[in-house]
Formats: sequence, structure tokens, C-alpha cells
Amino acid sequence: MIGLKTFPLGGVHPEEGKFTAQKAIEILPIPERVYIPLSQSLGAPSVPIINKGDRVKTGQLIAKGEAFISANIHSSVTGTVEKIDEWIDASGYRKKTIIIKTEPDEWEEGILLNHQLNPTITLTKEEIIQRVKEKGIVGMGGATFPTHVKLSIPQGKKAEYLIINGVECEPYLTSDHRLMLEKGEEILIGIQILMKAIEVNKAIIGIEANKMDAIEHLSQLAQKYKGIEVQGLKLKYPQGAEKQLIKALVNREVPSGKLPIEVGCVVQNVGTAFAVYEAIQFNKPLIDRVVTISGKKFNGGNFLVRIGTPIQALIDQCGGLPENTEKIINGGPMMGKALVSTEVPVTKGTSGILIFTNEMSHRMPVYSCIRCGKCVSVCPMGLEPILLEKLVENKNWEMAESEHIIDCIECGSCHYTCPAGRPLLDMIRLGKNKVNQIIRSRGK
Amino acid sequence: MSTYVLSGSPHVHDKQDVNKIMWGVVYALIPALLVSIYFFGLPAFITTLIAVVSCVVFEYIIQRYIFKSSDVTIKDGSAVITGLLLAFNVPSSLPWWQMIIGSLVAIGVAKMTFGGLGKNPFNPALVGRVFMLISFPVEMTTWPKVAPLSTSLTDIVTGPTSLGIVKEGLMKGETLSQLMNNVPSYTDMFIGNIGGSLGEISALAIILGGIYMLYKKIITWHIPTSYILTVFIFTGILWLINPEKYADPIFHLLAGGLMLGAIFMATDMVTSPVNYKAQIIFGIGCGILTVLIRVWGAYPEGVSFAILIMNAVTPILNKTIKPKRFGGK
Repeated sequence: MIGLKTFPLGGVHPEEGKFTAQKAIEILPIPERVYIPLSQSLGAPSVPIINKGDRVKTGQLIAKGEAFISANIHSSVTGTVEKIDEWIDASGYRKKTIIIKTEPDEWEEGILLNHQLNPTITLTKEEIIQRVKEKGIVGMGGATFPTHVKLSIPQGKKAEYLIINGVECEPYLTSDHRLMLEKGEEILIGIQILMKAIEVNKAIIGIEANKMDAIEHLSQLAQKYKGIEVQGLKLKYPQGAEKQLIKALVNREVPSGKLPIEVGCVVQNVGTAFAVYEAIQFNKPLIDRVVTISGKKFNGGNFLVRIGTPIQALIDQCGGLPENTEKIINGGPMMGKALVSTEVPVTKGTSGILIFTNEMSHRMPVYSCIRCGKCVSVCPMGLEPILLEKLVENKNWEMAESEHIIDCIECGSCHYTCPAGRPLLDMIRLGKNKVNQIIRSRGK
Repeated sequence: MSTYVLSGSPHVHDKQDVNKIMWGVVYALIPALLVSIYFFGLPAFITTLIAVVSCVVFEYIIQRYIFKSSDVTIKDGSAVITGLLLAFNVPSSLPWWQMIIGSLVAIGVAKMTFGGLGKNPFNPALVGRVFMLISFPVEMTTWPKVAPLSTSLTDIVTGPTSLGIVKEGLMKGETLSQLMNNVPSYTDMFIGNIGGSLGEISALAIILGGIYMLYKKIITWHIPTSYILTVFIFTGILWLINPEKYADPIFHLLAGGLMLGAIFMATDMVTSPVNYKAQIIFGIGCGILTVLIRVWGAYPEGVSFAILIMNAVTPILNKTIKPKRFGGK
């Protein structure tokens, strides 16, 4: 194998905790009710096209993404729409949600259920993008950007590389890892489809070195597929951040405030490539995904979960919550969100659920900043968190903007490393919000 | 309603915290302390003990009774470091009451008037040392000769330091080759078998502490390396120009407080810049100033002054020298 690559600036190395790496993906039984939020992707919420009392089939379109940045939503189950009401989601807020009482599966017509490997791509570029849009595919790495928007290359720009993100640098999470091991061939065909859609002949799959088996497996499979290369990456967080991944793989730096296409790259997650494969070859909408449930002293696993399943169902499958559970996290420990309730449903962006018990749940005591500069040295964007924290504290928005607070990718490396336990990212997020508001109020 | 803990990401944290860093520095200072006790005997131990105890006590009194703070930080180890470093910067024969006054200035003036740990612009131990040097010039420059494992507190033989020998000799017009005969061998200087300030004498012990701190990621290489290299190169150039007038670079590295300063004082996080680029410039500045003061200044030693001056420059460095930004121009 070729040498491991990485991004040059900053980064940390949190304890990996990949306890569920050896656990094969299991299918989670369909819960009694699913709760499908209308806002599951970046951009505008989708608009429901069904009513209370309607009977829906598995895979049926139930909400349309009407705005440019928005995505269709399909029913993940067969059943009756009980109500369209507010329900708590991972953000902690109550959002419009379609609640469906489930029955045994009855699939929407046109969805192929015979999942035999199908490597023949018959659709044209335009048809692929259209299908991806119809089937509600969004980025499955966590940011949930609608995939069809990413595939529509803006006028005057040209993609050279398709970058496939198999890094999974967040500790504990293993859903992408398992998918690469178990659905390697499908992912590669999905990549071929994506390559056709954006008209590139080179794709690079980046995988972190703690998944050697996946690197080897996909490298071997990739020999059959033209133009797909697998590249091992050093263990360093946030290796899976889009800009850092591009830098590591093709040594190009996305300019501040710009998108990857600026340097000829389109980045997609391995989970997305798999979803694209299913959408194109089997007409299957994005109605399920692999979710890792894990934690120290928690017997977790990797499950294929229908969208809208309350995480309580996942927890029950693993024997319930340990008594001393104090924190539940949606996503990884570095970027995930602490949840208020186990009624929160799995959505298209849910890569993992973490169960933290007492000693891990609380933050460190906060000391005075000792100006050690560790936050500066670990920032992968080359920002100065120590300075940004002070600027936000002093409400100096103007200078926060000129110090590029907007460039922060919220990876959390600064707070992770701070020996004084200062809530650096909290402050920077606050400042980003405020500065973004100011920028918007200027009317571009 | 649920009772789960809610907080923003990240939800995991590095194991290192302020206390561990500070106590790590204390451990790193132990080799130098042991060497000083070996060569200067009991007085070295007593002087260090007075400094450490008075620094900690002053910090406690000031926080508890003047600031009326319920949160007393003496356990974080930073006052212990100040005490140790302060003691390391003085002769072992320094009268106890002068040591206590130095500690009061270090903790009370240099640290606490600015609000305590993390807020002081100058290294407290260096402020204390310079204060004592100005207030008690005789006691602060009366250097006991080494007497391994001595327990005597009274019969102290004194002599000048290597830097003093060279400085005064050159001012009297003697040539360097004559003067170097009166200077201890480089091996003795490296090990610490020389007169001088308590904790400065052994380059070896200090370097060991430095390696420990590098390993524990308490310091990075940037400041010590740029500082020491600058002194080496600058004095090297002078020496090449006129070896009869300027001492050789190895001498400058081993003599005086350079090693202690470069590894333990200039690297003080609170008073040095926060990014690597600025840290390197900080180290170079310390190096240049040290040589300027040693060679042309009024004092034989320049490390304390050099670092204090660069402490004053630190905010400007932080403001003007920016780290490389990802995606920036």
C-alpha cells in the first residue's frame, strides 16, 4: 500500500473507542411508530403531500423538497399517517414531523426488491441527477447537504476528482466502516454512477488507517473498476472534514468561504455512494441507513434502521440504557449533539448514537486561560480560538469577522485540547451566528 | 422529563489539564534541584524550601484575604513553579528574608496584581529575581563555590561565575585566552560543578527536565530551540570575528542561566506567544537580547532581562504574527 497521507495543519487524536468495528450490520425491526421530521437535510424543510389518516406504502413520497436546497422525503414504512405534528428532533426543538403507525411492509411500485449486484449503469448523467433528487438522497456523513445540488456542477466550473469520504474520523462511530466491509462492491458501483453524473474519470476513496481491513478490501475490489483509487490516511481528527480531506488527498486548498468545486472536487460520503447505488439501480429512495450505537461499557452494534425510528428502539435492541446513563449523543463525541430525549428519531444524517455514563458526561472544570496556545496549534483551519473566544466575549463582531470566525468548521479540536477546559467552541458558535446574521443583513 | 446532561460538542476531552501541566513542570525541575542540593548542600535545599513555601503562602493569603476569593488556586502548582524558579535564580547563600521579599514581589506584584494565573504579562519568577538583583546587589551576586554534599550553613567560600570572570577580565583589558584558564572546564559546566545560581549550574539536569516536558507535550521545541540556536549563532559569529575578544558559542550556552531560561522561563505559556511562528520570533528575540546584554551590557548575565523584555513584546507578536490560515491568501 502507498504511504498514508494527511492534512498538514493542526488536528488532534482523541481516543478511538471503535468498540463496534467487528459487529456486522443487523437489521433493526420496524418500530410501532415512526417519526419522520420534515426537516432532515440542510436547507428548507420539505412540504408534506399526504394528510392525516392516509395510508402510505414503504418508499412512497410523502414530502417534497420544493426549495432549491431541500430534499424529498419518503415513507420508510407502510402504515397510516396518525398525525402531522410537532415532535422533538436532535436539535432539541420540536419540529414538524409526520407520525406513522406501522404495519408490515408493502413496497411502493417500481422499487426493485431483488437486490442482486447490478454493475450496469444505463441512465444518462441528467437522469442520474434527476433520480438522486427524486429519491431524496442527502449527504450521509452528518452535514446532510442535498446530493443532487452537489452533483449539479455550476456553470463555468468543472469537476476533476470525485472524493469519497470513508474516513469516519469521529471516535466510536463504525457505520461507514461496516458498510465498506459489507457493501464494498455496491459502494464502488455507486461511485461509478457518481463519476458519470459529474463527468470525472478519477475517484479517490480516503479511509483512515484504523480501518486497514476496509482499505485492503476496497483496494482489492477497486482493481475491477476503472479510475477508482483507495488512499489510506493517517489517524488524525478531523481527517474526514471536507476541506481537510481534499487537502490530504489531492493537495488542494479550498479557499476561505468557497466550496470544493472551486478546486475541482466533489466530496461524497461512502454511505451516500451506497444510497445512490440503491436509488439508481433499484429505484429505492433513502428510507434507511446504518447507525452505530455505542459507548464505553455499552454493548452496542451497527444497525440498518428505518428513518424515523425513535432511538429508544435502538437502545431497547441493545438491552436498554445502563442505569448510570447521563448523556446521549446524536453523532460522534467530537461533533455530535447531546440529546434531551430518547424519543428523538433517526434521520438521514444520524450516523451514530452514543451512550455516555457518569464520569464521561461532564465537562472539565474551567480554569483561567493560561495562553498555552494549544487551541491555536490544533486548529485545522489555522484560526486562533483563544482570540476568537475573547472577541466574542467582548462582542467585538467586526474583528471576529476579520479574524475569519466564519471559517471555523466546528470540529471541536480547540475545546478538546484546552487544558483549562474553556468552552471555546460554544463561544465561537455564538460568534459565528452573530457574524452570519450581520453578513446577511448587509444583503450580500 | 429526561435528566440527561446537555452540553455542546465536543463531548470528549484531552486528559491534559492545567494542574497536570503545572505539576509536570514541577517534576521537570526536580533533576536541577537535586543537582543543586548535591553541589551546594543544605543551604540550597533551605533556600528552595523558603521560596516555595513563601510563594504558596503568599498566593493563599492574597487570594483568601485580599481578593476574598473562595476559589484558592494554590493546588494548581503554578505558585510552586514560581518558588522553584525563583530559588533557582539566586545564589544558595541568599539571606532567607531576601528570599521571602523576592517571593512576595514575584507572587504579589508580578502575578496577583494582574489577577493570578494566566493573566500576568511578565514571568513572576523573573520579576522577583530582577527585583532582588536591584535591591540586594551584593547578596545576589555573591556566588558560593561548589562543595558537594556540604551541610554547612556558614563556612561558604565564594567566587565569581564564569560569565563574571570573562566580563570583568575583558573590561580590565585581559585577553580571552588568559581568562579562559580561570573558567571551569566545559564538562564541569555541563554537569554543574560550577558556582552560580542554584538551579542554573547543570545544563545536563535542565536538558533532562526539558526532554521530559517535550515528551509530556508541556512545551514545544519552538522557543527553546530558536533561543539557544540564536545565542549559538550570534556568539559564534562574534567569536569567528575575534576569538580574543568574544567567548566561544559553547561557553555561552553552558555559562549562566541560558539553559534554564530557554527551557523553563522563556517557555512559560502565560507570558510567551500563542502560535508557533510568533514563538520562534520570540525565541530569536530572547537570544539576540541575551547576547547583546552579555557582551555589551552592564551585567555579565542577560537572560532574565532578555526574557522580560520579550514578555513585553509578546502581545504585539500575538497581534501581528498570525498562524498560517487554511484557504487563506
